[in-house]
Amino acid sequence: MLDLVKGPILALQDFYVLAGRAVKNVVLRPHYGSDIILQMDIIGVGSLPIIVLTGFFSGAVMAMQMAKALSTYGATGQVGQIVAITLVRELGPVLSSLLVAGRNASGIASELGSMKVTEQIDAMRALGTDPIQKLVTPRLIATAIVLPLLTIIADFVGLIGGFVIAHFTLNITSSQYWNTAYRALVWADVAQGLLKPFVFAIVIALVGCFYGMRTSGGTQGVGRATTQAVVVASVWIFVLTLFITRIFVNL
Amino acid sequence: MADDAKEPVLRFENVSLTFDGETNAVDDVSFQVLAGETRVIFGAAGSGKSVLLKLALGLLKPTEGRIFLFGNEISTMDEHHLYALRSKIGVLFQEGGLFDSMTIEENVAYPLLFQQARAGTQNGAGAPTPDGVNGKVREALRFVELEQTLDKFPAELSGGMRRRVGIARAAVTDPPLMLYDSPTAGLDPITANTIITLILKARDTRNTTSMIVTHRYQDGHLLANFRYNPQSGEIEPVSSAQGLQQSRTVFMVFQAGRLVFQGNQQELEDATDPYVAKFKAVKS
Repeated sequence: MLDLVKGPILALQDFYVLAGRAVKNVVLRPHYGSDIILQMDIIGVGSLPIIVLTGFFSGAVMAMQMAKALSTYGATGQVGQIVAITLVRELGPVLSSLLVAGRNASGIASELGSMKVTEQIDAMRALGTDPIQKLVTPRLIATAIVLPLLTIIADFVGLIGGFVIAHFTLNITSSQYWNTAYRALVWADVAQGLLKPFVFAIVIALVGCFYGMRTSGGTQGVGRATTQAVVVASVWIFVLTLFITRIFVNL
Repeated sequence: MADDAKEPVLRFENVSLTFDGETNAVDDVSFQVLAGETRVIFGAAGSGKSVLLKLALGLLKPTEGRIFLFGNEISTMDEHHLYALRSKIGVLFQEGGLFDSMTIEENVAYPLLFQQARAGTQNGAGAPTPDGVNGKVREALRFVELEQTLDKFPAELSGGMRRRVGIARAAVTDPPLMLYDSPTAGLDPITANTIITLILKARDTRNTTSMIVTHRYQDGHLLANFRYNPQSGEIEPVSSAQGLQQSRTVFMVFQAGRLVFQGNQQELEDATDPYVAKFKAVKS
């Protein structure tokens, strides 16, 4: 029984050690600026098309679903408000983060995992570079910067998606839609809508790096690490969004 | 003897390493390597040879015992202090350990750029001078006769060429200690001899201390009895009058993590232990 829990607890401890060192390295020299820019390009610019597409369609589908529900109260005009609140508070951050988790937690885990199994991580250490400083911290910083930005884009494009449905199928005027949407949002909504992707970004980058760095067992191990990284990161996103929402609901 | 007075380059004191509390990867190993020595390490697969090199680099920490590198105890040293010390060691990993997303040029430049980055963190300046790095990279690649591959990626090279690049990368900072993990494993005899020639070249032109993990007796024989002639660019036998080299080449045999034999070539030839005898020359 004790052996059963020993593994997960040890893994958790390793994760905290990695997380601690990665965060500490944010302020320590040397900085690898070019690595941060490269990762921002891969994670941020690379995710843009998929973020825009899913953002647009999730906004549109929200408008459609809500219009049907609202029409029973004769309140179809409020659709902009509902789309804005659900997108900014929940859907935008969670959907963007899940997509980035699928794209980049896997990408990070497989890249670092391949480096691990071909002794490149050891070579890096032997050549005097801290692999956490060189590999983990740039990915952490890059994800933490671009994911909130991606979320803003997803929110905005989602609102446009909602507008397209509201305007062309529900005959809501443009000013009514944008007014209700704009007035529905308070600062707390924006704050939690940006805090969430920031926290999820840290989870995605660290989980991806963690599973990558502890890869063992050749190519098969790389595949396993990749899958685990995506699954664990995605589950944590759902768990954490509940906790963060809980904090803001009480405010 | 004069050498005894000198601080050994590397010293293991009763070092043991256990994985998962079960098997001993390295079991109570003690030895010391003096400056200028060549160590040839034999052993079956899984006998702890590669682990030994990783311990020497501080990549793994021993569960028991102490390891001294250039007089500093590294078994308790934290990672950040180790980085500075590791710049004095050149390593060739089993499969070369090259960074496959970087070009050959970037791979060989890596240790140089790192050293300058570290110097930069200490005095605030020290931006890498591209010319200095470039010159050294070309020199190192010329050393292994691969100057034409600068812009290629490791995947485009053959296994032998990758290891030669690995040697160039290990030697580019001119370290006093070189470690080679199975440099000839999986190579044809001709390529393997090229690699050993390069190891001899690195050893004899720069007077470095070398540790070579291998399972080929011929490698050990070449290292013990040949030297690199810089005039001809070839290796040549060491005449018995200059028998110094042989006495400075020490053979070590590992069995299941334990050091079961340590001595010169003659002692290895005379060994009667059946396991040790397997690594002797097969006399035909």
